[in-house]
Parts: sequence; structure tokens; C-alpha cells
Amino acid sequence: MYELFKNLGTWLVSSSQWSGPDGIAHRLAEHLQYSLLATLIAAAIGLPLGLLIGHTGKGAFLAINLASFGRALPTVGLVVLVFLAGGLSMLPVYVALVALAVPAIVTNTYAGMTAVDPDVKDAARGQGMRGRQVLLQVELPLALPLILTGLRLALIQVVATATIAAYVSFGGLGRYVFDGLAQRDLVQVLGGAVLVAVVAVVLDLALSGLQRFLFRHRTA
Amino acid sequence: MIQFDAVHKRFPNGTTAVHDLSLEMPEGGVTVLVGSSGCGKTTTLRMVNRMVEPTSGTIRVGGRDVTRQDAAELRRSIGYVIQQGGLFPHRTVLDNIATVPLLLGWNRRKARARAAELLETVGLAADAGKRYPHQLSGGQQQRVGVARALAADPPVLLMDEPFGAVDPVVRTQLQDELLRLQKELNKTIVFVTHDIDEAVRLGDRIAVFRTGGHLVQCAAPEELLARPADDFVAGFLGAERGLKLLSLRTLAAVPQGPAPDSGTWTLVLDEARRPLHWRSADDAERPVRPLGDSDSLLSALNESVASPTGLIARVDADGELTGVTSRDDILEHANRAHAELGVAA
Repeated sequence: MYELFKNLGTWLVSSSQWSGPDGIAHRLAEHLQYSLLATLIAAAIGLPLGLLIGHTGKGAFLAINLASFGRALPTVGLVVLVFLAGGLSMLPVYVALVALAVPAIVTNTYAGMTAVDPDVKDAARGQGMRGRQVLLQVELPLALPLILTGLRLALIQVVATATIAAYVSFGGLGRYVFDGLAQRDLVQVLGGAVLVAVVAVVLDLALSGLQRFLFRHRTA
Repeated sequence: MIQFDAVHKRFPNGTTAVHDLSLEMPEGGVTVLVGSSGCGKTTTLRMVNRMVEPTSGTIRVGGRDVTRQDAAELRRSIGYVIQQGGLFPHRTVLDNIATVPLLLGWNRRKARARAAELLETVGLAADAGKRYPHQLSGGQQQRVGVARALAADPPVLLMDEPFGAVDPVVRTQLQDELLRLQKELNKTIVFVTHDIDEAVRLGDRIAVFRTGGHLVQCAAPEELLARPADDFVAGFLGAERGLKLLSLRTLAAVPQGPAPDSGTWTLVLDEARRPLHWRSADDAERPVRPLGDSDSLLSALNESVASPTGLIARVDADGELTGVTSRDDILEHANRAHAELGVAA
């Protein structure tokens, strides 16, 4: 056991492990690229959907049930399914990651919109704001903390799951996990897993710190 | 002037909120809508700025049918204050107040300047403008709500139980402030409350609603208290309506005489002839609360009951003693006032 962690330590800090096309730096960049792009696409789908449902109150059923749907979705199964249907490309990976991220974004955006005090919305309309102005000037800013929470959760989930890119022969930190498994190199498997975990935790801390800074004037 | 003509409101679930309402709310006056909850008073108020659309009938503000105007533009021309303030929690107090001017397309500097001016109008310190609503007390938030409604100087102000969520002391302050503001601004105000004392205090006219959206009586407070239309209104006004009537009459017309300088109790004054307290022959002291001409007969009666001599001390604007009035004089004047109004027993 001790030996394993010692080797893991050496693996993680050795300079040769960090450089080159198969190095940690490059794999990390790939991993972040997949994750950010997938989250961005998911946001482009989930945000308008959540805002629309929250503003009109129509389709609340969808917003609420999407969360449990997201949890139940077998990500690897989805990758394989799209891979079989569409052939080998990054598409199956992005489809799976986006499908994973959308529910968290929609659900939290919707939750943020419904948490806006009805009196405040009533006052906004009563002062003479039109529907769009109520949405953009009142509902959206007030829902923003929860919207950002949704984006953060989605990104963390995607980062943790983007290892599947390696499953269909692409890069990212998953490379170490799948290669290590194939080569029965436990140190490499563990190294990949630790890196993914560290990236997820660091992003989570950084983003929640940013949220706290942005909303320091808000109560609660 | 606001006119309701045969207005009906039935909600999709089948309940009738307002039943065949015809009512005029005079320009420059405060019309208070009172009634227990579910009587349609808030719905009536919200139909004025189209937050609720009438099922049938017409509502005119300044002669123009509200349903023929763009709803958002109509609302910008009517001040709107709700319970709890409904302030925007993510905007500073100044930006909250500047809401309607900005919607009307004023430039930011002009809107902010106007907002700063209004802070003073509603009795808030200038540095409150940079704060956020949650950093203010309930009473202060309510003042900001009033300032926001006044920002674009609308001729009409709708106030939906604006002082319902603050404690009684603050409520009285806010009521005083509103009366002071109204003296300067002369707005046409529609004010919803379920508190009959608040209605009597603020209203030039009071409209009493019964459950089911029926208007039972609309009259000046004195008229309402003196001659309630039916048992429902009488019940709503409460058992002390004779006393409430006294709260509408001032002391000004009640005669006064010189303060007694001998007897069991004498009134002690300071160098400026301001009453300090009552003192008895054996040096006991009792407090005195001097009253001016603008105080009500009700306060006078209350003070005369508390006074060891049954006399109240009357003072001028500087607090200087002008004379005393006996409980009998107050009661006689009250009786005469009641007789004039033909108060029903």
C-alpha cells in the first residue's frame, strides 16, 4: 500500500510525466476543453429552457422531472449508443456529456426563477415593466445565484465524467485510467483518477468562491 | 378622478371578487377601501392599473378608459405601493426609487438626482440611497416603496395595505408622514386596508366592502361613523364608533378658562410657562400631557380621565399654557357634535 502511494507520488510530480503529447499538461488541457465545451453547449440549451419555464410557469413538470431523469441516465450507455449509430468521433462523447449537464442547469435555473419573491415580481409589473423587462431586470438577476450553482454542478459532473472520451479512444485525463487498466498499471489508473478529482474539487472551490464574491450584497 | 362604472370581476375559478361596482374616487383625495379579507378591495385597487382586468364594466382614470391604454404605459403613470414594499433586493435604494423614471427613458443622472430628492421627501437620510433594501428596517423599506411610487410624479397613487407589516408605532409615524405628504402633493390616492382606525385617520372618503365584492357604503369618515348604512357597516366600525367620531373633531372650538391657582391640585409651569406636572397640597406629583388646538376630542377626553383634576392643559404652538378645559366642557362639545351629525344611537 505504502509502495503504491509512493509510486503514485513519483508519477504525479515527475517532469517527464507532465510533458509531451501524452503528458499530464496536454491531457489536462484536453480534459478541460471537452468539459468546458460540453458545459457551454448544455448552458446554451438549458438556460433558455429554464428561464422560459420559470418565467411563464409552463412546463414546470418537465423542469422538475428532468433532474431525476439526469440522475438515471447511463452515460457510458449513451456514448456507446451514439457511437454505434454515428460512428467514431467526439460526437458521442459530447452528446453524453451535454445530456448529463442539461438537467442540472434547467432544474437549478427553474428553481432560481421560482424562488423570486412573487411580491417583487408583482411590484416590477406594477411599476410598468414589460414581460421581457421583468425577466431581464428582475427575475434573471435574482435567480442568478442558483443559476450559477446549476452551472457549477453541471461543470463538476462533466469534468468527473469526461474520462469517457478515452473510452472511445480520445484524450483527456481518462486516457491514464483506461490505458492503465489495459496495461494493469495501477499507479497510472490511480494517477488519472486523482487528477480528475483534484480538477473537480479545485473548479468547485474556485467557482463557489467567485459566487460568494459576486453576491456579497445579498442576504442569505 | 377615478371612476368605476358597473364593474364586475369574476375569476376563472368562478369566484366573484367585485360585484357591480360603481364608485367615484375624487381627485386630490384619499379614498380608503376597507373590508375583511376576500371582500374585493385589493382586486378593486388592482383593476385601476390593470394588474387585474375587469370582466365587464369600465374604469376611467382622468376620463380615459384604462383598458384602452397600453398596460405598461398606464402603470408607469400610476404610483403603486404594496405591502412589504416589494423592493428589488438586488438594487440599491436609489436605483429602486429611480425605476419608473428609467423605464420612461430619463437618463441615469437625472433619474438618480430625482431619486435622491425623493429620499428627503419621504424622510430618509441621503446615505440610505447607497444601501440595499435588506439593510433597512421595515418602516424604512416602506418609505422607499412610497418614494419609488412617487418618482415620476404620477397624479394617482395606489397603496395596497402599505403599512400592514410594520409595528403600531412605526405605522402611526408612516400615517402621519403620508398625511403630511398628501398636504403638499395633493395626489389622488386609493388606499386599501383592513384596519378601520387607519381608514378613519387617512381617508377623505371610506368605501366599505362586504364579502362577495359588494360595496356597502361610501362616505366621508364622519358621515360613515355617524350614520352607518346597515348593521354590517356598524359592526365593522366597532362598538367604539362614538369615540372614533371624537377622534375626527379637534379641540379648537372648545372653550378654555384660566388654570386653577389654588385647590387640592395646581398646575406647575416652568419659566417659559410650559406645563410640567400637577402638584397636590401634600406635594404629590402627577404627570400632565398638554394638548394643542389640533389635538382631537378623543385625546382630550383621554387626558381628562387621566388628569387628577379632570382638567386638561391647553398650550399654543410653543408649548406655552393658554388655559385649561374641563371634562364636562369636552363632553358637552362632543354631544353637540354628535347632535349636529344626527348620530344614530
